[in-house]
Amino acid sequence: MDVRQVAKLAHLEITDEEVAIYTPQMKNIVAYVEQLNELDTSNVEPMLGGLTPEGETTNAIREDIPHQSLGQEKALSQAPSAVAGHFQVPKVL
Amino acid sequence: MSIKSTIEKVIENAEKLNPTLNSFLSIEREYALNRAEELDQNQDDLALKGFAIAIKDNICTEGMQTTCGSKILHNYKAHYDSTAASRLKEAGAIIIGKANMDEFAMGSSNESSAFGICRNPWDTERVPGGSSGGSAVAVASGVVRASLGSETGGSVRQPASLCGIVGFKPTYGRISRFGLVAFASSLDNIGIFGQTSEDVAKVLSVIAGRDKNDTTSADVAVPNYISELSNEISGKKIGVPRALFGEGLDADVKNAVEQSIENYRKLGAEIVDVELPHAQYGIAVYYIIATAEASSNLARFDGVRYGFRAEGSHSLRENYYKTREEGFGAEVKRRIMLGTYVLSSGYYDAYYSKAQKVRNLIRQDYINAFEKCDVILTPTSPTTAFKIGEKSDDPISMYLSDIYTVSANLAAIPGISVPCGLSNEGLPIGLQLVGKHWAESTLLNMANVYEKEFPLNAKPPIFVG
Repeated sequence: MDVRQVAKLAHLEITDEEVAIYTPQMKNIVAYVEQLNELDTSNVEPMLGGLTPEGETTNAIREDIPHQSLGQEKALSQAPSAVAGHFQVPKVL
Repeated sequence: MSIKSTIEKVIENAEKLNPTLNSFLSIEREYALNRAEELDQNQDDLALKGFAIAIKDNICTEGMQTTCGSKILHNYKAHYDSTAASRLKEAGAIIIGKANMDEFAMGSSNESSAFGICRNPWDTERVPGGSSGGSAVAVASGVVRASLGSETGGSVRQPASLCGIVGFKPTYGRISRFGLVAFASSLDNIGIFGQTSEDVAKVLSVIAGRDKNDTTSADVAVPNYISELSNEISGKKIGVPRALFGEGLDADVKNAVEQSIENYRKLGAEIVDVELPHAQYGIAVYYIIATAEASSNLARFDGVRYGFRAEGSHSLRENYYKTREEGFGAEVKRRIMLGTYVLSSGYYDAYYSKAQKVRNLIRQDYINAFEKCDVILTPTSPTTAFKIGEKSDDPISMYLSDIYTVSANLAAIPGISVPCGLSNEGLPIGLQLVGKHWAESTLLNMANVYEKEFPLNAKPPIFVG
């Protein structure tokens, strides 16, 4: 496993020291979870999500009417950097 | 006695113990006393009027810090109340502080908190369990009668077992998750700790039920948990999966749990053998599904809208990388990377899809077993509280702490841990009952009757109240 590549996909800038620690640990965890290959699941449906049958049939659709949202002032109130009603970030390109 | 003087005492106790136990990341003295004064003037008959409660620091409480035990949210104050918190407030409960936890609820010992370890009041050299360690200790040390935790694989039941209190996980969809910071959305639940099952029932009665802000909360009628606590349990069928009582289970824990089975028999319950043939795969399934969902959920922590932002980035992308690298701790990074790996192109079917299928087999095991019994009894944790540092370098050994609890999250069923004895070293042991979907009343009833007939009278050396 190329831990540095995985870290990049996960938007983490890990150090050489971390690569040395994580590589054997993650290999061990992956080897552990591979015990699932002992099981023949060719005729098993995947369980998607955690809903119970009653949860599946609950009508979660609300009426399409506007309601109060957080609002701009509150939404921006804890931003590390907010300017003129926007979140400010370092340059994109 | 006024609510204010009661709450004053609770806050004093919390402040007195916190330097030793570190169960609270924040103590809301001013808020709690103001609220107590208001309630002293309030003539309404409220279900939890003046009831002091601690809330895990990954459950949003408006205006109060909600750090998830992480540096990346060290300065975050929740923008809004979780549904659980707002229902508690409306019922007159008083939030007295936010409880310590493993970072983003990832851990079984509370050692991954960015704000220091939390200590077990039975032995301060030992962990309280996790991830809801602070919520467990706030109750076990006598500061509060009940607290909210959260669990994805056993993070309420396991620390309850290690701290000698009651820990409860509902059916998925019973308690709204609105305002619970997401870790693994298909497994996450808000859970409840109590000194007794009655404390749990009181809190559950207030926070259970459909919430339009959580589309996964189910429209299922909420029974009267309190009136059903003392029902007769004679004739109830308890399934025991003895095949799981083998490798890795401490002798003291095994003996105490076997004794609890005998005790239930004395109370008139019928004991039947059941099999859960795929339970042994629970941890493997869990560490694929939970990490996959976490890698996606934790993508939102990027240093843009709230929380910590790393200094000195020259581009947006560099800002993401640095903020997440500096903001997250080791266990969180390990799980985000594992989740990213199992979802990555070429590996998805081998890991994620496979795990979803085995998850279905585990669920089917329970459906089959519940044809023969009302509840299933096992140990909650294979061991008593372990020493601080004992498992922190070995992720898999830490993960195996949840071997008895994780399957309930995978199958979306409710579970409860009840104290059932002490080890030779004087550490608490818990028995676990799990039940059918929506069978919370049955679990609380069976737990309550057990506590009344076979109480754990011992208290930890550090205990107020």
